[in-house]
Amino acid sequence: MAVADYKAPSTVSEAVSLLASAQMKAKVMAGGTDLIIQSKSQTAEPLLVVDLKRIETMKDYQLTDEGLSLGPAMCCAEFTALEDVKAVYPGLTEAAYLIGSTQVQGRASVGGNLCNSSPAADTIPALIANGAQCVIEGPDGDRTVPVEDFVTGVGKNCLAANEILKRIVIPRPAPGTADAYLRFIPRTEMDIAVAGAGVSVTLDADGTCTAARVGIGAVAPTAMLVPAAAAALVGTKLDDTALEAAAKAASEASNPITDRRGTVEFRRHVVGVLVKRAAKIAQSRAQG
Amino acid sequence: MAKVHVTTSVNGEETEYLCEPHETLLDVLRNNLQLTGTKEGCGSGDCGACSVTVDGRLTCSCLVLAVEAEGREIGTIEGVGDKEKLSVIQQKFLEHAALQCGICTPGLIVSTQAMLKDNPTPTEEDVRYYLAGNLCRCTGYDKIVRAVMDAAETLPSERGA
Ligand SMILES: Cc1cc2nc3c(=O)[nH]c(=O)nc-3n(C[C@H](O)[C@H](O)[C@H](O)COP(=O)(O)OP(=O)(O)OC[C@H]3O[C@@H](n4cnc5c(N)ncnc54)[C@H](O)[C@@H]3O)c2cc1C
Ligand code: FES
Ligand code: FES
Repeated sequence: MAVADYKAPSTVSEAVSLLASAQMKAKVMAGGTDLIIQSKSQTAEPLLVVDLKRIETMKDYQLTDEGLSLGPAMCCAEFTALEDVKAVYPGLTEAAYLIGSTQVQGRASVGGNLCNSSPAADTIPALIANGAQCVIEGPDGDRTVPVEDFVTGVGKNCLAANEILKRIVIPRPAPGTADAYLRFIPRTEMDIAVAGAGVSVTLDADGTCTAARVGIGAVAPTAMLVPAAAAALVGTKLDDTALEAAAKAASEASNPITDRRGTVEFRRHVVGVLVKRAAKIAQSRAQG
Repeated sequence: MAKVHVTTSVNGEETEYLCEPHETLLDVLRNNLQLTGTKEGCGSGDCGACSVTVDGRLTCSCLVLAVEAEGREIGTIEGVGDKEKLSVIQQKFLEHAALQCGICTPGLIVSTQAMLKDNPTPTEEDVRYYLAGNLCRCTGYDKIVRAVMDAAETLPSERGA
């Protein structure tokens, strides 16, 4: 692809019609940290870039009693500085904070991370743990898809060519709930996850886990929800036996590949360890 | 493809240019505006040599399309210090010998300035994390971190605080 035309509409519906009426391949751009690199490589196929950053509702947020409604194109530097959001969804904030460098976070968005649909995208397991919903606008109106069903393959998702992710909606967690996200990389910064895990737990007054969600990343073609890992936590006080069982369930659910970042065996093992550790962090936050 | 006319502000001065839709802000700064202080190390967001600010926010200019700059405020290394007097950060990089070949230096100085605006009293760990996207293949980073820490300590007194 080579960028041959550029449009910066001011509403989502305008952006949808630009996609629908495009005379060449067309893609929306949030931060462009994936798209611009992709457009520089491979073929010279002309590309129309529809910039979402001049659309105010793509970059704002509301945090209410209902939960978080996030404009998917808000850059991660702005998102991770939202103290009110961080207080409710610290794990999601952590995941966004792991994306690239300060410079990359100045552009990269949570929505772009999701729509790029890389198996290793850091925010997706955290969005899964938080039960996020994707609000999508197309020529025929809006539809809503749970985040765990949004990504359908490596770099593939359920969006039609003329659809736009216009909102990420996350329900407000029940009292006693907290989340955490951890990834493994061989360095301390600037690398892509070898494995990642997002966990959300709800604890009652005596510390028993009454609900949990576990999302894992970089260990299958898509990030995924692991109900068996959550089931291993519910009804327990997150003792070692329960954590081991959740780790085992996550390892078994994973379907990794061997590449230069890690082997199948290593990834399977590490994703279990990350689930265990993230669950403990979420537990201490929920108690805090 | 027709060129696009862009009006923007670079280092506080209104600036106009014509660009192709595929050109990056880095391309235009260097090739059209002759602002060659901003360097290209990788062209893929990894090295930070091309660091600039867009509306005050630190970004890689290699990952910004030049057409996007319409109506924005761009800050580059040319806007740091002036011909008569170096900025404190620049001075500290010299004093600590925090450069060898110098390719990474403009990016590091732009990044350091952005960091100290948000966080005037960083710890060494803050500095190392904030600047993790600025790669240097010569110095081993130690002198850079020392220069930045020294600049952070010196700046408040410079401002009369
Ligand atoms: C140096 C570097 C380091 C990185 N490190 C990490 C990392 O550690 N972890 C990680 O997960 N990623 C990393 N990335 C990848 C990238 O930065 C992230 O995936 C980022 O979140 C993408 O967001 P964006 O806004 O830049 O997306 P864009 O590049 O703007 O868009 C990405 C894709 O999503 C589509 N899209 C974007 N928004 C929408 C929307 N609202 N509706 C429909 N489609 C949409 C675009 O058409 C495009 O196909 C890194 C990238 C770089 C350059
Ligand atoms: S040239 Fe832009 S980050 Fe390397
Ligand atoms: S001084 Fe040469 S890359 Fe930093």
